[in-house]
Amino acid sequence: MADFIVRALLAGIMLALIAGPLGCFIVWRRMAYFGDTLSHSALLGLALGLLLDINMQLTVVIVCCGLALVLVLMEKNKSLATDTVLGILAHSALALGLVMLSFTSIQIDLMAYLFGDLLTVSNMELVWIAAGSLLTLVVLLVFWNKLLAISLHQELAQVEGLNVNGLRLLLMIVMALVIAVSMKIVGVLLITSLLIIPPATARHFSSSPEQMAAGASVAGCIAVGGGIAASWFWDTPPGPSIVVMSALLFMLSATLRRAA
Amino acid sequence: MNTPSIFRPLANPDVLLDLRSLSYGTGTRQILSNISVQISRGQIVTLIGPNGAGKTTLIKIAMGLLQPHSGHVILDPKLRIGYMPQRLQVEATMPISVTRFLLLAPHARKEKIDGVLAEVGATGLHQARLQDLSGGELQRVLLARALLQDPQLLVLDEPTQGVDLKGQAELYRLITQIRDRHQCGVLMVSHDLHLVMSATDEVICLNQHVCCHGHPEQVSNDPAYLELFGKSGAAAMAVYTHHHNHSHDLTGAIIKGSEQ
Repeated sequence: MADFIVRALLAGIMLALIAGPLGCFIVWRRMAYFGDTLSHSALLGLALGLLLDINMQLTVVIVCCGLALVLVLMEKNKSLATDTVLGILAHSALALGLVMLSFTSIQIDLMAYLFGDLLTVSNMELVWIAAGSLLTLVVLLVFWNKLLAISLHQELAQVEGLNVNGLRLLLMIVMALVIAVSMKIVGVLLITSLLIIPPATARHFSSSPEQMAAGASVAGCIAVGGGIAASWFWDTPPGPSIVVMSALLFMLSATLRRAA
Repeated sequence: MNTPSIFRPLANPDVLLDLRSLSYGTGTRQILSNISVQISRGQIVTLIGPNGAGKTTLIKIAMGLLQPHSGHVILDPKLRIGYMPQRLQVEATMPISVTRFLLLAPHARKEKIDGVLAEVGATGLHQARLQDLSGGELQRVLLARALLQDPQLLVLDEPTQGVDLKGQAELYRLITQIRDRHQCGVLMVSHDLHLVMSATDEVICLNQHVCCHGHPEQVSNDPAYLELFGKSGAAAMAVYTHHHNHSHDLTGAIIKGSEQ
């Protein structure tokens, strides 16, 4: 098999493995739109990286974390509904990123960042993805029960002694990290789908939070494999193919569920 | 101006929680003004009052979830508190059993689960999904989670919410039993004075300030209480006291000529 396919598979599977458990929290905590906002702002990070000539992955993580902080502050203010705030931030960040990109003399393939370019993942990028995934996995494993507790009832968890704000921030930072490393794989417009669809698929077949997380990882891996295969045989774009595969799996699970 | 909670052992060891002249407001709205409440070991204190009276706000200040604008919350830093929040809305997407939910409480041990579930009359629910529980069952499971803290003080925010009338009476009886067995203090919020009557030692009638307080019978006849709930409302809520149309002598026989 060609090297680039092996790299693409490795990158995709690593992402799917961490997107499963992380995506469960996004589904449980109803943060889907929040994930969208973060990923849209990733393009702003990308533009900043290019303009300032700093490592792009780093600027993406920084911008995403900054946005998460702004959101927490704006949520406290509560003069606007959360979804309105998210809508304002998501599209302003995306638009600002596009405007800033027009100032750079460097020509970049915008499509690759909007929809991913899995087949051109380099060895260096693979190392970034592996490091980001490993860090995310460790954080999720260590804080699993605590994150679960704050997702069930924030105030109960706080009275029981958990640092709720710290844990929420941690979850946002982890999300920012995953978005930064997965930008290359599925692109900023499709990242959230990889975080949400697999947990939704696994949900019907799980009787514990852990089963749902593991099931989501498996569903994600199947989607990555299927998407890359489709891309190989029919020359379809890999990022969108993975998302389509993921959606097909979800529909299959919903049908099986109904039949059962 | 924020006055943080004071953590220190109280002068009187029987006093568990001492709230001193607490005030709280948001924007231009004053929610609580100059509230003082003390809860002692083995005592059940019930907060009643109309919607928006600040009952839940007071509970949240006592639990350290909100900071009062003035006044002090004085409690022993080692005080073990069992907290039962107003309602638990479990995301339909989270597959979680009662046992797993209880084990999320800090210091919860597997071998204690059977005991607390039996104590709250929820035996046999171990493997039930949290979402499948009825209102009454869910409240009992929440109470079980509070008991897992081996509490010296139980704080219950509307413990009978979503429970039918018969179940409400049972729950209040259960709370009294728990107090008798553990000799813990109980601070709870309730809407219904007539149901909570026999289960409480002290009633505090709250409407942004303390309208009246004292033994339940005393409060139900207090002019401030009658004014707050309206005469008819108060009658509907208060204890059932039958109107005497006659008098008894010392042996219980009706005194002739006393009928009206």
